[in-house]
Amino acid sequence: MPNETVQPIKFYQTGTLTVGNRLLDPEKRTVQASGERTNAITSGHRACQGCGEALGARYALDAAMRATGNRVVAVNATGCLEVFTTPYPETAWQLPWLHSLFGNAAAVASGVAAAMRAKGRPEVRVIAQGGDGGTTDIGFGCLSGMFERNDDVLYICYDNEAYMNTGVQRSSATPPAARTATTPAVGDKPGNVFGTGKNLPLIAMAHGIPYVATASVADLRDLEAKVQKAMTIRGARYIHVFVPCPLGWGSASQDTIKLARLAIESGLFPVFEAEYGEVVRSRAIRRKVPVEDYLKPQRRFAHLFKAGKPDVDRIARLQAVADANIKRFNLLRPDGDA
Amino acid sequence: MLKQIEGSQAMAEAIGLCRPEVICAYPITPQTHIVEGLGAMVKDGRLKGCEYLNVESEFAALSVAIGSSAAGARTYTATASQGLLFMLEAVYNASGLGLPIVMTLGNRAIGAPINIWNDHSDAMAARDAGWIMLFAESNQEAVDLHIQAFRLAEELSVPVMVCVDGFILTHAVERLDIPSQEQVDAFLPPFEPVQVLDPADPISIGAMVGPEAFTEVRYLAHHKQMTALDRIPELAADFAAAFGREAGGLLKSYRLDDAETVVLAMGSVMGTIKDVIDDMRADGARIGGVSLCSFRPFPIGPVREALQNAKRVVVVEKDLAVGLGGVVAANVRMAMRVFDVPVCTVIAGLGGRSIPKTSLRRTFEAAARNELEGLHFLDLNWDVVNRELERAGEKRRSGPVAENILKDLGLIMHKVM
Amino acid sequence: MFQVRIHGRGGQGVVTGAEMLSVAAFLEGKHAQAFPSFGSERMGAPVVSYCRIDDREIRLREPILVPDALIIQDPTLLNSVDVFQGLPDSGYILINSARGFAELGLGEYITRFQASRVCCIGATDMALRHVGRPVPNAALLGGFAAITGLIKLESVNEAILETFPGKVGAGNVAAAAAAFDAVKAH
Ligand SMILES: Cc1ncc(C[n+]2csc(CCOP(=O)(O)OP(=O)(O)O)c2C)c(N)n1
Ligand code: SF4
Ligand SMILES: [Mg+2]
Repeated sequence: MPNETVQPIKFYQTGTLTVGNRLLDPEKRTVQASGERTNAITSGHRACQGCGEALGARYALDAAMRATGNRVVAVNATGCLEVFTTPYPETAWQLPWLHSLFGNAAAVASGVAAAMRAKGRPEVRVIAQGGDGGTTDIGFGCLSGMFERNDDVLYICYDNEAYMNTGVQRSSATPPAARTATTPAVGDKPGNVFGTGKNLPLIAMAHGIPYVATASVADLRDLEAKVQKAMTIRGARYIHVFVPCPLGWGSASQDTIKLARLAIESGLFPVFEAEYGEVVRSRAIRRKVPVEDYLKPQRRFAHLFKAGKPDVDRIARLQAVADANIKRFNLLRPDGDA
Repeated sequence: MLKQIEGSQAMAEAIGLCRPEVICAYPITPQTHIVEGLGAMVKDGRLKGCEYLNVESEFAALSVAIGSSAAGARTYTATASQGLLFMLEAVYNASGLGLPIVMTLGNRAIGAPINIWNDHSDAMAARDAGWIMLFAESNQEAVDLHIQAFRLAEELSVPVMVCVDGFILTHAVERLDIPSQEQVDAFLPPFEPVQVLDPADPISIGAMVGPEAFTEVRYLAHHKQMTALDRIPELAADFAAAFGREAGGLLKSYRLDDAETVVLAMGSVMGTIKDVIDDMRADGARIGGVSLCSFRPFPIGPVREALQNAKRVVVVEKDLAVGLGGVVAANVRMAMRVFDVPVCTVIAGLGGRSIPKTSLRRTFEAAARNELEGLHFLDLNWDVVNRELERAGEKRRSGPVAENILKDLGLIMHKVM
Repeated sequence: MFQVRIHGRGGQGVVTGAEMLSVAAFLEGKHAQAFPSFGSERMGAPVVSYCRIDDREIRLREPILVPDALIIQDPTLLNSVDVFQGLPDSGYILINSARGFAELGLGEYITRFQASRVCCIGATDMALRHVGRPVPNAALLGGFAAITGLIKLESVNEAILETFPGKVGAGNVAAAAAAFDAVKAH
C-alpha cells in the first residue's frame, strides 16, 4: 500500500472488514462518497450481483479518469467485463471504449497510443483491460510485446481465476484444486492440478517495465492509489487486480469483499508494487488467517471439505503456497506496511 | 518521376507519399522490403508525423492497426502467407469494425509444405473477410493502387488489401513512375474518420451484437462493397485524370473484340498472358483477355459484360480450393450462369511454379479446340504424382508426401528454375 | 527484347548485378526488368538472376528460359548447375575465370558459338585489385558492355555509382573499366 494511505494508528475494524470513510481525513477518503466522483461505468451494466470485476473496473477506470482529467481511452479484451458493460443499445462506458478481440487488447491499446502520439495528443492516455484468460493466456503474446516495447499503456488484468464469460473454464490463473468446468471435482484428485499456472505480475516485472502492482477489490482505496500513480508514469504499466466472481467461485454475492480480504490475509494473494523489476512495497498481513477460512466459503473448493474426510493433504499444499508467498514478499512483519 | 526501382521500394515510396500516421508490421518474405523501406523513411525523417511499430506477430501488427485506425490515424500494414493466416481473426475484426486500414499482401503460398514463393492462396484464405481486395497487374499498378486504396478505404470506411505478387513484383527492379507529393496530396484528402476514439466525445465501439441486428450489420458491410463497385471505377478515372495513366478499376479487357477464347486472370501473370495473346493473335487466333483487379467486391456485372461474346472462358488462377478447383473460376461461373459457355479453370503457378508462355499457349490452344478439361493443372508433373500414388498404394507407412517427392526430384540435376 | 541470365553464388552480388544492368539500360532510356531467382538461398548456394531489356514496356513475367546472354559469376557452378540451359548458338557467354574455356572443360562446347561472343575474364581478380573484395558483379557488367555492345560503359558506371556511392563505387567503376578493356583486347 502506498505510503500516503498508511493509517496513522494501527486500526483494524472487525465485523465489517472495511475502514469507514468517516474515520479518515477528508483528503484520504475514497471518492465514492463524493457527488462529484467521475463515473467510468454507469449503472445499467449486466454483471452478476457481487461481481468483483465490475467493482474493480469501475474503481480503476474512475481513478484513471480523475488522474487524467477524463482524457482516457479504454481498450477491452473479450470477456465478462466486455459483455456485461455493453448490452447495446446501452453501454455502461462513459469514456471512449473499444473492444476488438479476446487476445489482442494490449496491441490494440499500443495502436491507440501510437495514434495519439502521431496526432500530437500525448495527453490522451490509454488503458487496456482484460480478464485473467485474456491476459495470462490468449493475450499473453500481445501483452509481452507491449511490455517489451515499453508502449505507453496501462494494462489492467481483472483476475477472477478462470474463463468466466464462457462458463468457468480453467485458465493459467486458476489456482490448484479449484473446480472449474474443465477441471471438474471428480476422481481422486478433484479440481485443478498442483504445480501449474503462471504468475503474471512476476512475469511483467521480468520485462523491467516502470511499474507493476497487484491490488484487490478488498482495498479499493489502494487500487485507486495505484491506478492514479500508474497514470503519472509513462511507458508500459501493469496492475493485476484480484476480483472474486460469485458465479464462478460458488460464493455468496455479499462475500466478494470478504473473500478478497481473506485471500490477502491468508497470503494466497500478495499485494505489492514493483518498479523496474524490483519489488518496492508490499502490504503486510494484518492478521494471518489459515487458508481454510478463505477456501471454505467457495463451492469451487467444496471437494476439499467433504463431510467426514477433509482433504488435509491438499489443503496443506495450498497452505504451503500461501506460506511461500508470505516468505517471498515478507508479508508477516511486525511493522505493518513497508 | 521515372525511376529504375524495386517494386517494394516503389510501393514504400508511394505509401509514404500517402502520409500514413501509424505503420505496424511483422516481417515475412516477400513483404519485408516494403516495410523495411517504410521503416527507414520514418527513422531518417523522410516520413514525418508517422509512428512505426515493430511488433511480435502479425496478429499484433493488425491489432495495433485496429487501435490506431479507431483512434483516427491513417494506418498501414503489410503481410503475406502465414502472416495473413496468423492475423486472420483481426482481419475479420478490422473489416467488421469498418476501419479503413490499408494492407499490402505480398502474395505467397501457404504451407504445409512451407513455401516462400508466389501464389494467391493467402488472399483466397481471406477472400470473404470483408476487405476490398485489389490485385496489381504490374509494379506500376501496385504503386498506383496503394494511393487509390487509401482514398477508397477512407471514403467508405472499409479496409483495403492491395495484393501484389510476391517476388515476381515485390522483388523486380523496373522502370516506374513515382508520383510527386503534390500530386498525391491533391488526390488524397486527409483522413476524416466516421468513428473515432476521442475523450471529448466518448463512444463505445465493438459491442456485442445479437441476432436482432447482426444480419443488418452484415448486410451493410455487403452494401459498402456494392458501393465500392461504383467507386472503384470512378476513383480509377479520377486517378487517370490526375496522374495521366490508367490503374485500378474493376477489370481491364485486352483485345476482346471478336475474341472467342477469353482468358481471365488476376495479378502479374496477366502480363505474360497478354504476350501470349499477342503471339496467338499474330497467328490468327481469336483470343483476348480480362485482367481482374477487384476480386472483392467481385464485379459480377462487368465480368459478365466483358465475357458475354466469348465462346469459352479460361480462368488462369494461382490458387486451389482443394476438393473443388479454382476459386476465381467459381466466381466467374457465377457471373456467367446466364450464358451457356464453358469456363475452364487452369491452376497455375502454385508455390512459385513458373508460368511459361509456351505452357500457356499450349493450354489456350487446347481450349480453342474445346479440348481443355474443366479443371487443368498447368505443367503438372504426372510422373512425380503417379510415383507417389504408387508408393502410397504399396505400403501403409509410405512416409511424408512432400519429402518423398523431393527425394524423387533430388535425383534430377539442379535446373535453372 | 534482350534477355540476360546471371549465374553465381549467394554473396557474389548476383542479384545486384542484374539490378545494376537494368539501371544502366534505364539510363539509356530503355525498359528493363531485373529480378532474382526468388530463392531462400544462403551464402554460397547457387543463385540466378535475370535482366530483360527492351525498347517497350516489358510485361512478361516468366523466368528467362531462352537467354540471349549468360553471365557466369562462378565457374564452379559449371559442374553442378545446367547453366547453359536454353542458350541458343547465337548467344553470348561471359565467364568469370582467369582460365580459358579449354581449362574449364568447355573447349569443345564453346565452338558452336561465335568466337566474338564468348569470353572468360578474371573479374574476381579485378574486383580484388580495385575494390578489395571478391565481388565480381560490377566488373562483369563492364565486360558485358564490351562483349555485347548493348549498353555503354558509361551507363554501367553510372549504374554502379548509383548502387555504390563513394570509394566502393569508384573501385567498382575501375574494375568495370578493366574488364571492359580486357574483353576488348580479347
Ligand atoms: C479467439 C477466441 N477464443 C475463445 C473465445 C471465447 N472466449 C470469450 S471470453 C472467454 C473467457 C474470458 O475469460 P477471462 O479473460 O478470464 O475473462 P472473464 O470472463 O473471466 O472476466 C473465452 C474463452 C474468444 N472470444 N475468442
Ligand atoms: S460471471 Fe463472474 S465475472 Fe462474470 S459478471 Fe458474473 S460475477 Fe462478474
Ligand atoms: Mg477470468
